[in-house]
This record gives sequence, C-alpha cells and structure tokens, in this order.
Amino acid sequence: MPSPPVAVLRHRRPPPAVRVRRLARAAFLYAGMIVALVVVLAPFAWLLISSVAEPVDLLERPLRWIPAHISLNRFVDLTVGSTPDDSALGFRAAFLNSTIIASTVTLVSMVVGTLAAYAFARLRFPGRSWLVLAFMATYMLPPIALILPLYQIMSSLHLRDTPFALIIIYSSFVTPFVIWIMRGYIESISPDLDDAARVDGCSRLGALWRVVVPVAAPGLLSTALLAFLMAWDEFLYALIITQTNASKTLPIAINDFIGRHGVDFGLLATGGVIAALPPVLIAFIFQRYIVAGLTAGSVKG
Amino acid sequence: MSGLARARLARARASPWPETWVAAAFIAPAALVILLVVVIPLGRAAWMSVFDISLVRPGNEPFVGLRNYIEQLTSGDFWAATARALFFTVVSTALELGFGLALALLMSQPLRFQWFLRAIIILPWALPTIVNALMWRWIDNAEYGALNALLTQLGLLHEYKVWLSNSDIAMWMVIVADVWKMTPLVAILLFAALQSVDRELIEVARVDGASGLQAFRRIVLPLIMPVVLIVLVLRTMEAFKVFDIIWIMTGGGPANATQTVAIYAYQTAYQGYDFGRGAALGYIIALVIMVLAAVYLRLLGRTGR
Repeated sequence: MPSPPVAVLRHRRPPPAVRVRRLARAAFLYAGMIVALVVVLAPFAWLLISSVAEPVDLLERPLRWIPAHISLNRFVDLTVGSTPDDSALGFRAAFLNSTIIASTVTLVSMVVGTLAAYAFARLRFPGRSWLVLAFMATYMLPPIALILPLYQIMSSLHLRDTPFALIIIYSSFVTPFVIWIMRGYIESISPDLDDAARVDGCSRLGALWRVVVPVAAPGLLSTALLAFLMAWDEFLYALIITQTNASKTLPIAINDFIGRHGVDFGLLATGGVIAALPPVLIAFIFQRYIVAGLTAGSVKG
Repeated sequence: MSGLARARLARARASPWPETWVAAAFIAPAALVILLVVVIPLGRAAWMSVFDISLVRPGNEPFVGLRNYIEQLTSGDFWAATARALFFTVVSTALELGFGLALALLMSQPLRFQWFLRAIIILPWALPTIVNALMWRWIDNAEYGALNALLTQLGLLHEYKVWLSNSDIAMWMVIVADVWKMTPLVAILLFAALQSVDRELIEVARVDGASGLQAFRRIVLPLIMPVVLIVLVLRTMEAFKVFDIIWIMTGGGPANATQTVAIYAYQTAYQGYDFGRGAALGYIIALVIMVLAAVYLRLLGRTGR
C-alpha cells in the first residue's frame, strides 16, 4: 500500500472516535505511570521521613505523615557525633569494614577475573568451554551449601571475624561473575587490535593491559560497579563469619540494631539511609553502566 | 597486514609459550580462589554430610552414610519448607515477570516525564537487601506501621491489623517486599529487550490492520521471549535459595510460616547445632539450584549474543 504524503497526514484531523481512543489510551498510560512512580517512591519517602523524624512522631496514632519535629540528630550520632554509643561505634566500624571489604573484593576480582576472562575470550586451549561453565556454576552455587565448611575452615585457621575471610569468600563469587561478563565484553572487541599490539612486540599481558583494557573501559566500569554492589549487599556469609566490630559489615551492624533495646525503627531508618547511600548513588549516577552490566551479565551470556 | 607483520605475528603467536600454558597462567589466580573457597569447602561439606556431627556432642561423630540425606528427604519439615520456598518462588517470580513486563512496556511509550520514570526505576533494586527488608518490616509494623496507617486513613481498614506476625499473611508480606525490590530489575532487562525489537516490524503489522494487542502478541512477545525465559529461570533460581530478606523480616516465623528451605537448613545447622544434617541440606538445595542453572545456561547458549 503506498503511503500518503506526510503533509496530508498532518493536516487531516483524525475522526472523533480515533481521537477519543487516543485520549483514553494516553490517560491510561499516564495513570499507569503515576501508579508506578508512587509505588516506587512512596517507600523511599517513608524511609527518609522516618530517618529524620523524632521518635515521638513515629509512634503517633493516628500517624501524621509529615512529622512535627525533624532533626538530623541520629545522622550526627551515627556518623560524627563526639559521644558515640555502642550502636554508633558498631555502625562506624561496619561502614569502614564494608568500604574496605567491598573495595578490596572489587579490585581483586577485577584483576583476577579479567585475566581469566581474557584467556577464555582470546586463547584456544583444551577444556575451555566447560571450564567457563564450571566457573559460572560456582557463581550460582547457593551460599547455604558452603557456609558450614567455610565456618569450620575459617574457625580452624583463626580467620573467623576478620575482614580477610570475607574478602576471600566474596571474591570467590564475584570473580566468576567478572569472568562471565568480561569475557563477553572482550569477545566483542576485534582481535585485530591485540594482534596489532603483539606485532608491535607486546606480550599477551601487554596486549591485554595496553589495548584491551582501554577499549573495554566502559565494560570494566560496569562490571566493577556491580561487583562492588554485590559485596556491599552480602548478608549470609557475613552473618556466620563476623562476630565483633573487627569484621562486622553494614548489613550485620544494622541488623544488630534490632533487639538490643527493642526495635528503634527511627534508628534503623537512619542507619539504613546511610548504608543505602553509596549503592543508590552509584546506581543513580552510573545508571547507564549499571544497566549495561546487568543486561550483559544476565541475558546476553 | 604486510608479509613482514604477518611473519612477526606468527612468531609472536608461536613464541615462547604454547597458548595452553599462557591460558593456564592467566586463569590460575581465579582458579586458586575458587579452589580454596569453593571446591575444598564443597568437598568438606560432602564429608560432613555423611557424619552425625552435633556441636552439642563434640568428639562423638559417627559415620552414618547417607542417613542424613534419607532422613531429610523423608521428613515432613523438609518438604514443608520446600513447599514454602516453592510458593515464594512461584508467586514472587510470576508477579515480578508480570509487573516487570507491564513496566517495561510503559517505559517504552513516548510519554512526557518518561525520563524521570526511567531514571528512578533502578532505585529499589539498588537499595541493599538489609535496608529493603527492614524498611518493609517497619512499614508492616502492627502498631506504628505506615501500611496500617494508610489503609485506615483511606477507610479500607477499620482497625490496625497484624501483618508479619500473622502466619496466614506473613509470606505475602515478604513477597511484597521482594517484588518491590526485584521488579525493577526484570523491567530493566525486558525494557532492553523491547528496545532491540525493530519498530518497523510493528508498524508494518499495524498498517496491515493488526491491533496493538495483536502486534504485541504475534510480533513483540515472540521476539522478546528468549529474554523472558532467561529472566524467568534466573529469578526462579534466586528465589528458591532466598534467605536474607526472609531472615531479616520474619526470621522464618511466625510458627515457621515463612521458613523456606534455606532458612530451614540454616536453623538445622546453627540453632539445632546439627552440622551433618545441615551440610546434607545444603547439598540438596545446591542440587536443585544446579539443575536450574543448567537450564539457564542452556537457554543462554541457545539464544544469547
């Protein structure tokens, strides 16, 4: 069917029935959008309000959504206050532990994983394809199958309650993830590039470092951010490995807020907001990279 | 490439290490980590699972063969926990896929303020699990929670209701929290798949008289089906081994109403001090997950790239 000239389409007003249908459709879509926005944002809003509301306001019935007293006291107490209580001390130690552990895990896994990914993407050797799958299988293994032996091994090596134990455990599931996703990225780079570098006298390692890494930089960033988020979020291993402030991570420290003196939800909300800040900011600022990494990591293979 | 360069490349390729050795060197660090933290512990877990190891009875750990496995596979508690895990898995995965697809379709419409929805949709996914679980625990609080306040103020509820401490509802509340956090991930993945569908195909179908729904069912859905399937298996795998969100929200209660199989395994080991049975349970769960993982990798291999 030959399409009519554009000008004709533009000037002809659609018949009323079509216009009503279009309007109804738009109304439906915008209503859906409003529902989606409210459902996504309302819990965040309540978390933020709870984090700054005075405890009295949170325990009011009927509940007033905008608290009468707002204060940043709990934020100050948990972070820089000069007379920290046990909760604050635990929280500060945990923030430091989480930062150190997640950063180290990201660094170690990126180096170790990218090296292996390069081999899987570029080198030919026997058993290559099943070895990739074996790595992937270890990534998918449920932690519940490993916590008991790891608990015993770490105890007998006197590594329980050390950040080192968590760093090596987390690296064991973040590294396969890095291999998986970086292999895909490296395969999408033309091998001519590293061939050219090798002609110019680069070793394999040199080609990886000077050619592949710069070209794959966006992929590396995506992967590193996801690696950091995975380590930041982990709960079950931390639950069995950590005992004191020496190694407790944020999820454990926040979970400890429960039960010490009943449940202080205001304090939980404040701690939660602070703990959520790094990952939420990362996801928001580096959204493009995170989304690219998520797609590459889960549906592209 | 000039003949000289080709020759140099050939020399570079040939020298001085065979490719297999280079590969081995590149993979060795990763393999070492996996060996130490996965392979050796897995072997040890297998060993533990054939002994009767109870921490309340140190030093007396008789070999029991497959008894731990047989006991679990014939125990009502194990199957009840498995049924709960399946319930959680089926319901949350179905809801996440349904809402995720709806959201992805919404996100692909040319609407005003679309940039805003696309910008914030990732936030629930980015919220750490601990914070998400505690946030919903606070919202669902029976005395001061926002859910009760909202529903009574809207007139939908006459008096405050118990949510997480009600064994009929607790699992649903956990599912709500999980669906809220994970639907955005599904939406983002499906949105990416929708973006790669050629718009011309849909326009041609529309010109040929297909309705929007027909075009979606006949053209869009088949094209994104591989991604839908992959997401389905991926979410199923994650959901079946669920631990943290439930542990933080309900601890498996009330009256074991939210005790999924991973919670059951954890409690057997760390509250029943029974490491032998705990290790056997870990293996059983791992086996289920590995079957799902095989399906997932197969789907990826068939459709990926």
